[in-house]
Amino acid sequence: MDKIARIDMGAAGGPKVTVAGLGDYAGLGGRAMTSLVVAAEVHPLAHPLGAENKLVISPGMLSGTVGSMTGRLSVGCKSPLTGTIKESNAGGQAAQVLARLGYAAVILEGKPAGDDLYKIVISKDGIKVIVDNSLKLMDNYPVVEKLRKEYGDKVAYMTIGSAGERKMLAASIACTDPELRPTRHCGRGGVGAVMGAKRVKAIIIDDAGVTMRPAKNPEAYRDANRKFVEGLRKHPVTGEGLPAYGTNVLTNVLNEAGGYPTNNFKTGQFEGGSKISGEAQAELEIKRGGSATHGCHRGCVIQCSGIYNDKDGKYLTKQPEYETVWSHGGHCGISNLDAIAQMDYMDDNFGVDTIEMGVTIGVAMDAGLAEFGDEAGAIRLLEEVGKGTPLGCVLGSGAGITGKVFGVERVPVVKNQALPAYDPRAVQGIGVTYATTTQGADHTAGYAIATNILKVGGDVDPLKTEGQIELSRNLQIATAAIDSTGMCLFIAFAILDQPETFQALLDMLGSFHGITMTGDDVVALGKKVLSAERDFNTRAGFTKHDDRLPRFFYTEPVAPHNVTFMMKDEELDEVFNW
Amino acid sequence: MNITVKLFASFRTGRFDIETGDYPAGTTVADVADSLNLPQSELGIMMINNRHVKLDRQIAEGDILALFPLLGGG
Repeated sequence: MDKIARIDMGAAGGPKVTVAGLGDYAGLGGRAMTSLVVAAEVHPLAHPLGAENKLVISPGMLSGTVGSMTGRLSVGCKSPLTGTIKESNAGGQAAQVLARLGYAAVILEGKPAGDDLYKIVISKDGIKVIVDNSLKLMDNYPVVEKLRKEYGDKVAYMTIGSAGERKMLAASIACTDPELRPTRHCGRGGVGAVMGAKRVKAIIIDDAGVTMRPAKNPEAYRDANRKFVEGLRKHPVTGEGLPAYGTNVLTNVLNEAGGYPTNNFKTGQFEGGSKISGEAQAELEIKRGGSATHGCHRGCVIQCSGIYNDKDGKYLTKQPEYETVWSHGGHCGISNLDAIAQMDYMDDNFGVDTIEMGVTIGVAMDAGLAEFGDEAGAIRLLEEVGKGTPLGCVLGSGAGITGKVFGVERVPVVKNQALPAYDPRAVQGIGVTYATTTQGADHTAGYAIATNILKVGGDVDPLKTEGQIELSRNLQIATAAIDSTGMCLFIAFAILDQPETFQALLDMLGSFHGITMTGDDVVALGKKVLSAERDFNTRAGFTKHDDRLPRFFYTEPVAPHNVTFMMKDEELDEVFNW
Repeated sequence: MNITVKLFASFRTGRFDIETGDYPAGTTVADVADSLNLPQSELGIMMINNRHVKLDRQIAEGDILALFPLLGGG
């Protein structure tokens, strides 16, 4: 990864590709690369869908190597949903392939004047930008099918569906999995709308003729990777729970803990929870000839995904994640896995974030557009998004806008981004992360659920305020660093509990680059990323008053614990005071 | 006294999902786990009536005890 490609989509005479060395960005990857580029190069007051915004695509620091779990791809820009800086990452094959081709980043800049739609082909022979108007308004599954006929099965595809072309604020960028299904999405923050605004429909990444990225110290790297994999395999979360049940194993846990947001955050327990739990889902997947264990990219040893077949045994979608099952399930009062899986497929196909979309449907239900529990009504609303009707464009712009258009008071967003599947009143620690992260409400930014609820990496009482600020701070710093390495965040469960597995990760980073890495170096990297992001947001006009939850979390107690969000504003303001 | 025990994920294999049983007064979470042959080292999340508890917690009549292995997701 010794070069950065810049593609000026608005250049006179047509898109222009420039490839140069790393310059100031040497050594960076993933979120560190995307956030430092956006912070340095994008005007903080730029319109996110305008020519001044940039879409930065970056594999992680260890992507494209023989190292396990290194397949995360970061995409960064100024978010059209939140107005903040944005980093959205996904699995799939794209990161490994792009890294092997030597690109530390591919940056889409400018905006073409006309209506032409482009595809970008990246291979060892260079980068070509080609007009292809035959792809217009195609959704992700059909567009990948069409491109496969031309470019084959040994490449990775990044695509946007109709939602991205229509510049909907919930639009995602899909990355194909090893079987070339467009199921792994850079979902959050409307990154697909930015790609659509630049009129780029697809990026085809072909690593034929290139090899794995070599480590500076190959023997030490292999040895560290072996210890790292051993650590992941022996930890109960990464070695047993996630492979067997997937992320949706959390439905029963959060429901039992009273932190499962139900019917648009009206209560913390869902009566139909067990019907849509990971246990029920895994059993159904296996019974129908699908699979409850599947990796989103080659080299994954956790294998948290799966294959969800319909009742006739035909592929319907990949195993819907916990967040997706919640947002289209309990949040909407829906307890039918088939309806949820159908909506997961539709989200992936149209190219929208499953969290934002499901939360939006629940807000629309609060507005009376459908009843809570009405599966057919929920699917009908989602169909509007795929058709791009005026109602669909409102819904496709997310929960915040939908709430405003239809006069809903209970709208669970921070910085206009929808809350994920944990009620911040019953899990105070995750509320701190939702409120303060640079990204808008995001659980992955500082996953306090681990210590609050799962009792991994420590034990902090979810119903008390003590210890939550420090916890969220430390997790946000660690996450910003992990998101830069290309490692899947789920490695955190093992490295939080097992010092030798954390050491193996440090040794992988060190031996790959021929240096010695310490825990302090990781902390310094995380702080550097967060500081750049905070600085961008400040210049974009965000203040401490934006680092708050919606008022109803402070005023409406949630059952069964009958608690409100109790963190004081002054405490929230201390999260980034390190 | 009656206690309802709920098991989740791999703990259900060869056992049950939910069962109400008669236990002697003073029964602790550890006692219930032992009676179900659940090794203490495998216990991840323990809750009584939706609140996290530790192994030595005494259970009261009518309580609902939920036992999970170590789990993660997100």
